[in-house]
Amino acid sequence: MNQLNHALSLEEKPRKIIRFNRRQSTLITILSGLALLTAIIAASFLMSDEAIKTHFEARNLSPSWQHFFGTDWLGRDMFTRTVKGLSLSIGIGLLASTVSVIVALILGMAAATLGKTVDTLISWLVDVFMGLPHLVALILIAFALGSGAKGVIIGVACTHWPNLTRIIRAEVLQLRTSQFVQVSRHMGKSRIWIAVQHLLPHLLPQFFVGLVLLFPHAILHEASITFLGFGLSPHQPAIGVILSESMNYLSVGMWWLAFFPGLSLLVVVRVFDMVGDNLRLMFDPHSAHE
Amino acid sequence: MTIEYNPDDFKSTEIGPGYKSLLEVSDLSVSFVQYQKGLRQRVLKVISNLDISLGSGEILAVVGSSGSGKSLLAHAILGILPNNAICSGKILYKNELLTPERQKKIRGSEITLVPQSVNFLDPLMRVSAQVRTAVRQGNPEEAQKKIFRRYDLSEGVGNQYPFQLSGGMARRVLISAAVINGSKLIIADEPTPGLHPEIVTETLNHLRELTDEGCGVMLITHDISTALQVADKIAVFYAGTTIEITPAADFHGQGQALRHPYTKALWQSLPQNDFTPIPGFQPLPANFSEGCLFAPRCGKITSECTGSLPVMQDLRSGKVRCHHAT
Amino acid sequence: MVNKSLFKFIVNKFLRMIILLTTLCALTFSLVSHSPIDPVQAYIGADMMKVSHAQREKIEEYWGLNQPPIERFERWGKNLLHGDLGNSMIFRRPVIQVIGERFWASIVLMGLAWVISGLLGFIMGIVSGMQRGKWLGRLIKWYCLTLASTPTFWLGLVLLIVFSVWLKWLPIGLGVPAGVLSADVTLGDRITHLILPAMTLSIVGVANIALHTRQKMIDVMASDYILFARARGESGLQLLFRHGLRNVALPAITLQFASFSELFGGAVLAEQVFSYPGLGQATVQAGLRGDLPLLLGLVLFSAVFVFFGNLTADLIYRVVDPRLKEAGDTV
Repeated sequence: MNQLNHALSLEEKPRKIIRFNRRQSTLITILSGLALLTAIIAASFLMSDEAIKTHFEARNLSPSWQHFFGTDWLGRDMFTRTVKGLSLSIGIGLLASTVSVIVALILGMAAATLGKTVDTLISWLVDVFMGLPHLVALILIAFALGSGAKGVIIGVACTHWPNLTRIIRAEVLQLRTSQFVQVSRHMGKSRIWIAVQHLLPHLLPQFFVGLVLLFPHAILHEASITFLGFGLSPHQPAIGVILSESMNYLSVGMWWLAFFPGLSLLVVVRVFDMVGDNLRLMFDPHSAHE
Repeated sequence: MTIEYNPDDFKSTEIGPGYKSLLEVSDLSVSFVQYQKGLRQRVLKVISNLDISLGSGEILAVVGSSGSGKSLLAHAILGILPNNAICSGKILYKNELLTPERQKKIRGSEITLVPQSVNFLDPLMRVSAQVRTAVRQGNPEEAQKKIFRRYDLSEGVGNQYPFQLSGGMARRVLISAAVINGSKLIIADEPTPGLHPEIVTETLNHLRELTDEGCGVMLITHDISTALQVADKIAVFYAGTTIEITPAADFHGQGQALRHPYTKALWQSLPQNDFTPIPGFQPLPANFSEGCLFAPRCGKITSECTGSLPVMQDLRSGKVRCHHAT
Repeated sequence: MVNKSLFKFIVNKFLRMIILLTTLCALTFSLVSHSPIDPVQAYIGADMMKVSHAQREKIEEYWGLNQPPIERFERWGKNLLHGDLGNSMIFRRPVIQVIGERFWASIVLMGLAWVISGLLGFIMGIVSGMQRGKWLGRLIKWYCLTLASTPTFWLGLVLLIVFSVWLKWLPIGLGVPAGVLSADVTLGDRITHLILPAMTLSIVGVANIALHTRQKMIDVMASDYILFARARGESGLQLLFRHGLRNVALPAITLQFASFSELFGGAVLAEQVFSYPGLGQATVQAGLRGDLPLLLGLVLFSAVFVFFGNLTADLIYRVVDPRLKEAGDTV
C-alpha cells in the first residue's frame, strides 16, 4: 500500500507516537505536578527554622552549594525562606480559592435556579466586582479588613468568584433545559432535590477544574498584595515580603534576593496551571484536538 | 491522503452508455483519530470501501441520511479533509490518478464545491469581493459581473454581506462563486437544505444546465425526492459506504427494480408511497461491525450477513453491496 | 436609524454605569469605614504620641471623621455631584488635582504598554495559530502560558537588575531623577524613566491577547468559510490575509479594550516597583496610609476607566461589524 500523507492542509501531519502517549503524558504531568507541590510543603515542615535565623557570619552571600539561593543581609538562608514562603503561599492560595469556588458554585446555582430576581441581583453583583480592577478591589478589601492573612484570604476569595459564577450559571441554565431535569420537574421534585441530585454531579468536574485553575491566580494575587504591603506581615516568610524587602538591596547588586524566590513562585504557579489544564483535558477531551 | 493504486484496476466502471468517465472513486476509506473522556484514543472509520463513478453530462446523486459522512466524501475528493483524517483508496479524475498535488492544482478550477449555506462565505467580506477571489484567469471584476448576470444577481446584491442574502439569492451566489472558473466537476454538498420548493427547483435547474454544458455534477443530499428530481444515477450511502448504485429510473412502482433491501425500504418510506418507516437506527461510526452494516435492520438477515461486509457486485445495469441481492 | 439605536445603546450603558458606580461607592464607603486603620494616626504618623486628645478631636472634626458613616457618605456624595472629591490627606491637596496630575503619567505608561502588547500579542497569536503543532507555534504558546504565570512585580525587578544594575543603561527608579527641580526635568529624563515600567507591562500584557488570538485563529481556520475558500483553491498566506486577519482582528481589538482592568492592575505593580509617580502608586500609598478621600477617588476613577474600556469594545463591535451595523439599519 502506497501511503501518501495528506500534505494539502495547512496543519501538521498526524503524529502517531505522540498521540498514542497522550493519556499517559497527561497523567504523568498531573502526578509529577502534584508531587512537586507536595514536596515543597513537606520540605517546609521538615526544614528547621535555624536557617532563617540571623547569622551575621554568613551575611550577603551569593548563591553557592551551601546556600542555593544565597543569603540576605541578616544571613538568613534564602532557599529556606523561599520554600517556607512558597508553602505559605500554597496554603493561603488553596484556602482562598476553595472559598472562592464554593461561593461561585452557590451563587452560580442560585442565579440559575432561584428565579429572576435572584438572577438579576447576582448578575449585578458580578458586574460590580468585575467593574473594578482586581488589584484595586484587593487593596480595598485588605485595607478594610486590616492587613494580615485574614485580609488576604478574604480579599482573594472575594475577588475571584465572579468569572466562575458566570460559567456555572450558564452551565446550570443549559442543564436545566436537558431532558432528565425536565422529567424530574414534571414528577414534582423540589428545586433543591433537582439541584442536589442532578445538577451537582454534573458540576463537580467544573468545580475541581475551576478550583485548580483559580489557584495560580490566587497565589499570584496573594504575592502581589503582600508585595505592595497590604498582605502578610513582614515577619512571615512570604514571597511577596521577600521580594519587597529585596528592592532595597538590588542596587548594591544582590540580585539573588529577588531572582530565585520570584522564579520559584513562577514555577509553582505554572505547574498548577499545567495540572489544571491537563485535568480539563481529561474531563473534556474535545478541547484536546491538537 | 493515502491512496491505494494498482494499475490493473484501470477498468472503467461506467453505468449506462454514452458517458465519458470524469470521476472514479474506488475503495475509498476515511478515518479519524479521536479522544474520549479520560483521553483514551480511538480510530473512527467514517467512510469505508466506497465506490462511485461519474461521467460528463451526468448528475450523480449521493443519497444518505444526515451524519452518514457524505460531506467527507466531497472533502476527500477535493483534498480538504481535516488534518487528523487518514484517507485510503483510489480517486481517478479524467482517468488519471488524483494525487494531493493534482488536487491542489485543480481544486477551484477543474473541480469545485457548491456548499450548503451562507456560513461558507466569509461573514466580514462583501459578496462580490468574495466571488472575485475565486477567479483564476482574466479580469476578476468582469468575470464576477458576467457570472452575476448569468444567475440574475443585481449589483446591489454584490455589495451586501452574506448574512443579508435571502435564501434564493444565497443559492445563486454560492453557485456563482463555485462555477466562475468553468469547472468540469461540480460537487454540490446539500445545496438545498430546508429551502422553499421553488428555490429547490431553481437550484436543481441550475445544476441541470451545467451538465447540459458538459459538466459532471455530484449532488450530495439526504432527501431522496430532491435527488430523483434531477439525478441520472443514484448512489445510496449507508453507514459510511455505498450500498447500491442505480439508475434513477429504477425508483418506480413498489421498488421492484431496486437491488438493496435498504434502498427498497427507503423508497417505501416516502410519503407518496407506503410511508412505512424503516425500524431501527443507522449505526454510528463507533459501533460499526464486521458484517453488513444494514444487517441489524434487515428482514433477510442470515449468518452470512453478520460475518463479512459484502463486496460491491454488478447487478442489472447497477451495483449493489448485499449477499442476497436480487 | 443606526444613529438612533447607537444613541439608545450608549444612553443605556451610561445609565448602567451610574447605577454601578453608586453601588460601588456605597460598598466601598461601608468597607473602608469599618477599617481598623485609624485615619488620624495614618495622617499624623510617628508623631501620634505628641498629639493630645483635644488636638485629635480637632483633626477629626476638620476631616469630618467624628460623624457617623451614613452622614459622611451623604456629604461625600453631595460634594461628588459638584465635582469635589475632597482633599487628599497625604498630599494635602484636592483629590481631583492629585488624580489629574498622575493621570497623565499613568496614561502615557499604560497607553504605551497597551499599544505595544496589543500589536506584539496579535502577531504572536496569529503566528502560533497558523503554526499550531509546529515548534514555533508550540514555543509561542508555551512562552505565553509561562508569562501568564509570571508575577508582574518580579518581572519588573528582573528588568531592573538587568538594565539598571548590571548594564547601567537606565535609571533605577522614580518618574524623574531624584534631587532635580521639577522645572529642570527634561523630556529625555522622563522617557528614560518610562522605558522599564512600560517594558514590564508590555511583556506581561502580551500573553492574554496572544493566547486569545491564537484560539480565534484556530477557530477561524476550522470554519466553513475557510473550507470553501480552500475548495476554491486558496491556500497558505493568501487565506490568512484574505480571510484570517479580517476575522481575527475585530475580537482582538475588542479584547484589548476590555482588558483595561488588568492593565490598571499591572500598572499598580509596575509603578510600585519603579517608583513611577502614577495613579497606581498613589492607590498603594492611599491604601497604606489610610488616605480615605484619595482611595475613594481612585476606586471611582479606576471603575470609570474600566467602564470606558468595555464601552469602547462594545461600540467597536457595533460600528465595525457589518452584522451588527447593518442589522441596526433595518431595525
